[in-house]
Amino acid sequence: MSALTSPLRPKRSKLLTGVMVLYLLYTIVPLAWLLLSTTKTQDDLLSTPGLWFGKSFAFFSNIKDTLTYNDGIFLRWLGNTVLYVVVGAGGATLLATAAGYGLAKYKFAGRRAVFAVLLGAVAVPGTALAVPTFLMFSNLGLTNTVWAIIIPSLVSPFGLYLMWVYATDAVPGELLEAARIDGAGEVRVFFTVALRLLAPGIVTTLLFAMVSTWNNYFLPLIMLSKPNLYPLTVGLTQWSNQATGVGARPIYNLVVTGSLLTIVPLVVAFLLLQRFWQSGLSAGSVK
Amino acid sequence: MAESVAHQHVARAGATGRRRRVFKDGKGWLFVGPFLAVFALTFLAPIGYAIYLSLYRNQAFFGGTVFVGLDNYTQALQDPKFWEAFARVAVFLVVQVPVMLVLALLAALAIDSARLHAAGFFRIVIFLPYAVPGVVAVLMWGYIYGDNFGLAANLNDLLGTTAIQPLSSSWMLPSIANIVTWEFVGYNMLIFYSALRTVPGELYEAAAIDGAGTFRTILAVKLPALRGAIVIATIFSIIGSFQLFNEPNILRTLAPNVITTYYTPNMYAYNLSFAGQQFNYSATIAIVMGVITAVIAYVVQLRGSREAL
Repeated sequence: MSALTSPLRPKRSKLLTGVMVLYLLYTIVPLAWLLLSTTKTQDDLLSTPGLWFGKSFAFFSNIKDTLTYNDGIFLRWLGNTVLYVVVGAGGATLLATAAGYGLAKYKFAGRRAVFAVLLGAVAVPGTALAVPTFLMFSNLGLTNTVWAIIIPSLVSPFGLYLMWVYATDAVPGELLEAARIDGAGEVRVFFTVALRLLAPGIVTTLLFAMVSTWNNYFLPLIMLSKPNLYPLTVGLTQWSNQATGVGARPIYNLVVTGSLLTIVPLVVAFLLLQRFWQSGLSAGSVK
Repeated sequence: MAESVAHQHVARAGATGRRRRVFKDGKGWLFVGPFLAVFALTFLAPIGYAIYLSLYRNQAFFGGTVFVGLDNYTQALQDPKFWEAFARVAVFLVVQVPVMLVLALLAALAIDSARLHAAGFFRIVIFLPYAVPGVVAVLMWGYIYGDNFGLAANLNDLLGTTAIQPLSSSWMLPSIANIVTWEFVGYNMLIFYSALRTVPGELYEAAAIDGAGTFRTILAVKLPALRGAIVIATIFSIIGSFQLFNEPNILRTLAPNVITTYYTPNMYAYNLSFAGQQFNYSATIAIVMGVITAVIAYVVQLRGSREAL
């Protein structure tokens, strides 16, 4: 497929491939280390070389221990993460899709102002807002509830931008008009006509919203103090912190195994949906 | 002329919209409204609240808050801790961002060049770290860096030295830069690669007819086509650098003596709030950083698109 780029079909270069293999190693070695480490007991972790197997093969007992440690708190964190991702990223995608479509296909008073405000707000660092958001939510009694994580996750300016660029070209105005002549209301037109045409853009937006929600660390860190509401990211760092300080109880093998379990769903999602998000992303950058 | 990339998008989307008949009525609000409502609650309200907070100060002994005008800002601009943190992320920005973007650019050009064996495999594997949660990436690298069971310790054993100390104070910033680079080269590579895919084939044919070699084609055709993507990636990276928090905050448990509570501006704001209960001053630091970031991002955007014309 790369051959399409250049009509001359240049020769494949061993040198270039070799250089890129070096970079590939840099990408893979840490992940290989992680994978190998999940097969080790804590003793082996501390005493055997990092890039090879340990004396015993503890992969399955590590997984079992990770899932059952502390009355199965890891599964609870996994459930929380899934909840935040489904409601947060799902809602963000829905809101961004509707808004992108509205901006692309309707002309209304204040449309320019919406652009200006969005562009300005995106330049403000998200984490700079975290402390004021915490104080505000704390006054509203929202901290230490799932809403403290879900509500801020519902806004994805990047998703809106992507959907708006995508909707501009993907949904022909004539089609909307035809549906209207048939007597369909605006909301109905959106759900029956536009949504289908927007699908590749929606998958891309959803995937990137999923990544940012799944990876969210700063927000839950400040909003939540009850461990049973933690997502995986905050839970794992708490396990890792257990190794230091007074009364240290290191559980390195569980942190390592939990890390692997946290990575797998996203990697699988990206690999399975490759075709969709790559086409959605290039459509976004064509503009 | 100074039109920003984003504004060009606006203009272009607007033009297409006009061609395709856009309906002139208020029904658009039906679709944009819900997004804006949540946006107002999670973006605009906190900004407003932060500005409000920054104008007041807690009376430690008397209780309650008093209006102090811009005093908090004066204090922030003279605060050596703030400037130390700022200088650190500025150094990080100047070194790490170019390294990361050049690596991403080279990888994108290599994958797009058709000279690579198994280009699709390289593309997806190099992108993979982006799917690794930042927290997991830091935990993983943190262990790799560590003396206990890390690869750094293995390497030291192998070489019979103790020279490699990624968690010591002089190595820490490069160690953090390495983690961030590892996480985001693939993502930026993909942005560049997507932009390269949109170059029309005729341009390559024209370049070939003019006798342009590989490097001439890169300079004359590919890099100009990438300019918009480079500007966007640079802006995102600048914002990311100034917001640096996760990596140092998690590594802090491994190296508490190296990473201070004000290692980066964001850590400073966080610790002022959650360890020091100085909410007003913390909001001020957040706003100062936000303004600096927005100004620099804006200047980059302006310069980037000016050079393009």
